[in-house]
Amino acid sequence: MSRPRTQHNPAMVFNTTPETPLKKKYCRFKKNGIKYIDYKDANFLMKFVNEQGKILPRRITGTSLKYQRKIALAVKKARHLAILPYVADGLK
Amino acid sequence: MAAKKTTNEQVVLNDYESVIIFTPVLSEEQLKDAVAKYRSFITDNGGEMVHEENWGLTKLAYAIDKKTTGFYIIYEYKAPAEFVAKFELAFRRDERIMRFLTTSLDKHAQVYNQRKRNGEFNQNKKEKQQEGK
Repeated sequence: MSRPRTQHNPAMVFNTTPETPLKKKYCRFKKNGIKYIDYKDANFLMKFVNEQGKILPRRITGTSLKYQRKIALAVKKARHLAILPYVADGLK
Repeated sequence: MAAKKTTNEQVVLNDYESVIIFTPVLSEEQLKDAVAKYRSFITDNGGEMVHEENWGLTKLAYAIDKKTTGFYIIYEYKAPAEFVAKFELAFRRDERIMRFLTTSLDKHAQVYNQRKRNGEFNQNKKEKQQEGK
C-alpha cells in the first residue's frame, strides 16, 4: 500500500519547485513611489496585461490592492480610447 | 471644505482632461480648425486652458468606424462642473470625432502631468539609452 513517508524537510514545505527559488513579490508602485497611473501610456500598461490583452491578477504582478484598482481603471480607459485592444492575439 | 464656502459669485474650477480622437479623413487645415474650435469652446464657456497636446495621426489598437488610424488631441483645462456636459454634447454632435474621454484629474495626476510637460520622464529614458550605449 502506501510508501513510508520521506523525512520531513521544512525547506520543502512551500517551495514545490526547488529549481526556481522563491522571490519575494513587491508592489512596484509602493516601492517606486508612483502615485498616478497614466492611462495614455500604452508601454507602461502593457506590463499589466497578458498576451490576450487581459488584465493580470495581483497574485502574478504583486501589485497592492490600492494600485490594482487604479491599473484596472487605467487599462479600461486605454481600451476605450483604442490605446490598448479589448481582444488581442500575441500582444507581446 | 473650501469648495463649499465659496459664494455664488465665485465659480469653482475643477481640473479635467479630455482626449479626443478625430477621423483620419480630415485634412491638416480641417484638423487645425477643429482643434482651435474646441480650444475656444473651453475659454468661451468659463474654462481655462492648461495644456494642449497633439499626438498627430496615430494607429488605433482596433478599428473604430472601420478606420485604423486617428488624430489624438488632448486638452487639459480648468472648468466649472457644468461645463463638461456641454463640452461632451458638442463632441457627440460632431461627426469628425470618433471617440472621446473626459477625466477629472486628482492632485497626483496634476503633478504627473506637470512633470511630464517638463520632460522629466523623457530625460530619464534618454539618459538610460545613453548609458546603454
